[in-house]
Amino acid sequence: MSDLFEDYAVAAARTGAYDEMFAPDQIARPMYRQLAGALASLDLADVSSRADSMARTFLDRGVTFDYAGEERPFPLDIVPRVISADEWNVLERGVAQRVRALEAFLNDVYSKMSVAADGVVPRRIITSSKHFHRQVHGFEPAGGVRVHISGIDVVRDGAGTFRVLEDNVRVPSGVSYVLENRRAMAKGLPEAFSEQPIRPVEEYPRRLLSALRKTAPAGVDDPTVVVLTPGVFNSAYFEHTLLAGLMGVELVEGRDLICRGNRVYMRTTAGEQRVDVIYKRLDDDFLDPLQFRSDSMLGCPGLVNAARAGGVTIANALGNGVADDKLVYSYVPDLIRYYLGEEPIISNVDTFRLEEDAAREEVLDRLDELVVKPVDGSGGKGLVIGPDATRDELDTLRRQLVADPRGWIAQPVLQLSTVPTLSGNRFGPRHVDLRPFALNDGDDVWVLPGGLTRVALKEGSLIVNSSQGGGSKDTWVLAESRNVPVEAEPRHSISIRERTSVWPVESSWRDREAEQQQ
Amino acid sequence: MLSRIAESLFWIGRYVERADGTARILDVHLERLNHLPPEDQHSVAQELLAVMGSRPEREDFGLPELLHALAYDRTHATSIAGSLGAARENARRARETVSSSLWECLNTTYYGLSQHRKDVVGTYRFCHWVLERTAMVGGLTDTTMSHDDSWLFLVLGRSLERADMTARMLSTREVHTAGMSWVNMLRCAGAYEAFLRTRRAAFDDRHAAEFLLMDRLFPRSIVYALRDADDALEKLDPSDQRVGFINDARRVVGQARTFLEFHRTDDLMIELPEHMERVQRAVAQASDAISRKYFNRADEQAWVGEVS
Repeated sequence: MSDLFEDYAVAAARTGAYDEMFAPDQIARPMYRQLAGALASLDLADVSSRADSMARTFLDRGVTFDYAGEERPFPLDIVPRVISADEWNVLERGVAQRVRALEAFLNDVYSKMSVAADGVVPRRIITSSKHFHRQVHGFEPAGGVRVHISGIDVVRDGAGTFRVLEDNVRVPSGVSYVLENRRAMAKGLPEAFSEQPIRPVEEYPRRLLSALRKTAPAGVDDPTVVVLTPGVFNSAYFEHTLLAGLMGVELVEGRDLICRGNRVYMRTTAGEQRVDVIYKRLDDDFLDPLQFRSDSMLGCPGLVNAARAGGVTIANALGNGVADDKLVYSYVPDLIRYYLGEEPIISNVDTFRLEEDAAREEVLDRLDELVVKPVDGSGGKGLVIGPDATRDELDTLRRQLVADPRGWIAQPVLQLSTVPTLSGNRFGPRHVDLRPFALNDGDDVWVLPGGLTRVALKEGSLIVNSSQGGGSKDTWVLAESRNVPVEAEPRHSISIRERTSVWPVESSWRDREAEQQQ
Repeated sequence: MLSRIAESLFWIGRYVERADGTARILDVHLERLNHLPPEDQHSVAQELLAVMGSRPEREDFGLPELLHALAYDRTHATSIAGSLGAARENARRARETVSSSLWECLNTTYYGLSQHRKDVVGTYRFCHWVLERTAMVGGLTDTTMSHDDSWLFLVLGRSLERADMTARMLSTREVHTAGMSWVNMLRCAGAYEAFLRTRRAAFDDRHAAEFLLMDRLFPRSIVYALRDADDALEKLDPSDQRVGFINDARRVVGQARTFLEFHRTDDLMIELPEHMERVQRAVAQASDAISRKYFNRADEQAWVGEVS
C-alpha cells in the first residue's frame, strides 16, 4: 500500500463504521482488489494532479450545483465505490420491490384507500401528510404509472447490512452526476477499469425516454416528451439540461406551455405543438396555479385538469409526495407485505413514531442519542443529530416534538459505512450513502446499475447532502463475468460475411487520361 | 497565386483537420481500450493503427505504443503532433499568404505540443487541448482571411480530410470486440446531441451511421464535407459551368457524394465497410487530381515534411 493509506486503518477503526473497501486489518475486500492495486501505484502528486484535472473538467463542462446563488463544481472523489455483483443483485431486487409497493400504495391512496380500511396505515396519517393532494383524488393517470422515476436512498449500517433510509418518488435528482462521474472517472483513473467488467450507466437517458414514451396517453402514436424545468435558477438546472439533451427532447419552462381543451401544447416557431408526456422537475405546489399555489409563475394553468382528463401524462404523477412522507416510510415494510404479499428484501432503519405514546416517551428521554427528522424535509433540512446537538437545540426540539408529534420521526444514529476519500494529502474514511435510481415503464422496473454515492467530505460528518458540504463518488457495479460485457455485440467479421458491392465499378478514367496525355 | 503556396494552404487544411479527427478518434477509443484486458488491448491497438492508415513498426505494439504513434510521434504525419508540426511547417512557407493570427495560432500550437503528460491520463487532456486549438485554427481561417482562392484551397483540403476522417471514424467501429457503441461513434464526431435532436426515439447503429454518412445538415457528415469540397472546387474553376467536367477532382468528389446522398439501401451496416473504403479512395484520388491540376511541379520534388 502506498503512503496515501498510512494511518487509514487507525482512522477507520475510530469511526466504528463498516468500511466498504477494507475488511479489518487493512485487507482489501475482493471487489476492491483491482482498485487497490491501481491506487497503490500512485503517489500523492499524481493523485492530486488527477483530482485537479477532474475538478477542472467538471467546471468546464458546467457540472455544477447551485450553492447560495453561486455555481460550484460538484466535488467528485477519485476513489470510486464498488459494489459486487451479488450485493447488487439483492439491492436491485429490493429497490424494484419497493417501487412496486409504493406504486400500488399511491394508486390505492388516490382511489379507494383500502389500505386504511384494512387497518395497515391509519387514514389520519395519509390525509394529514403535507403532500397528500385532494386535487388529484379519484383518477388514474394516463399511462397508468405514478412512480416513473424514483431514487431510493440506501445506507449500510455498522454491521454491513443495507437499509433503506428514505424514498424519493417526487423529483429525485442526482442522476446526471452518475453519468458525468463515470465519464470523468474513465479519464481520471483509467488503470482501474481494465481487467474488470463494470456495468455501464450510459443507457439511462435512453431507458428514461422509452419509459416516458411508453406511458403516454392512449392513442398517441408518436408521443412528444418534454422536460419541464423551473428555470435556470433551480439548483438542479444542470441536470434538467443534461437529461433533455441526452434524450433529444425540448426543455420547457411553464411559460412555454399552454393548456387548451384539456390538452397541452408548447409554443414553437412552427406554431403550437401537442405535448403528450411531461417529465416534471418542479414541485407539485408550483405546477398549476389553478389548483395549487396561485402565485406560482413556474407552472402552467390547466395542467392538472389536462392530466385528469387523460390528455397528458405527467411524470412523476402529482401527489406522490405522500409516499415520501417519513412517517409513511415507517409503514413501507407493511405495505410491501400488504400489496405484494412478499417480505421486504431490504429492511428499513428502525423508526420511532412520535404519535405513539410509548415511543414518544422513549424518544424524549433519549433525545441526545437519536437523530430526529422532520417528516417532509429534504436535503438534510431541519435534521437534528442528538449527540452533536447543544442543550439549547435539544430543548427547542423537545418543545417542537411535543407540539407537533405528527411532524417528526426519530431514528437511532446510524454509523454510515465509509469509503476512502482523498482529503488533504492522504485518504481518510468518509461516510457515504447510495441512491439507486429506478425507472418504471408500467411493465417492468429497471434499476440503473450503481446510482449516486454521496459522501460527507468532513471527517466524522454523517450528512452527505451537497448543500451541506457533501461530494460524490462514482459507483461501480461489477458484472458477474466478462461474458456479460458492456454492450454485448457480436464482432462483425467482414471476412466471413459475403461482401456485396453496391458502388458502381470504378471507371478507368485515370488510365485513359494517362493515355491521352501521352 | 503560386502553385507552391496553394499546395501549402491545401495541406494546412488537411493536416489541421487530420489532427482534429485523430484526436477525436483517440479520445473515444482510449476510453474503450482501457476497459479491455491487456491481451485484447494489443490486438485492438494494432487494428486501430491500421484504420488510421499506418502499420506498427514493432512486434510488441500495445497501448503506450499506440499513444506514441497516434499522438506524440513527430516523425509521422499520422500522429497528431506530426500533423500539427507539418501544418506549421507549411504555414511557415506560406507565411505571407496566411493571416498573421493564423500563423501565430499554428505556431503556438506547435510549441504547446510538448507540454503534456504522455500517459493515458495526460492524453485525454492532450486530445481535448488539440480539439480546442484546431477549432481556433478553423475560426481564424474563416474570419481573418479573405474568402479568395487561397482560402478556398485551405477549405478544400479541410473538407476532403474531414470526409476521410469521418470515414475512418466509422471504420473504427469494426475494430472493437467490446462494442464500439453508436453513442461513442457519434461522440467521436461531436455529433451526439445533434443526432439526438433529429431522431427522437428510434435509433440504433444504422441511424447513427446514416447520420454520419449522409446527413445533409451536419457539417462533419461525409456528404456535407464532400459538398463543401465540391463547392470549393467549383469556385476555384468557374469555367465549367454548364455541361460535363474538365476537372477530375470534381468528378471524383461529385460522384462519391451523389452516390452516397441518393443511395437507397436495405442494410447499411453490411455495406458500410465498402462505403468507407470508397470514400477514402475517392479522397485520395481527388487529392491526386488536385495536385496534378493545380500544384504541378517537377516530378522529383516531394513535399518536405517536418522531421525532428
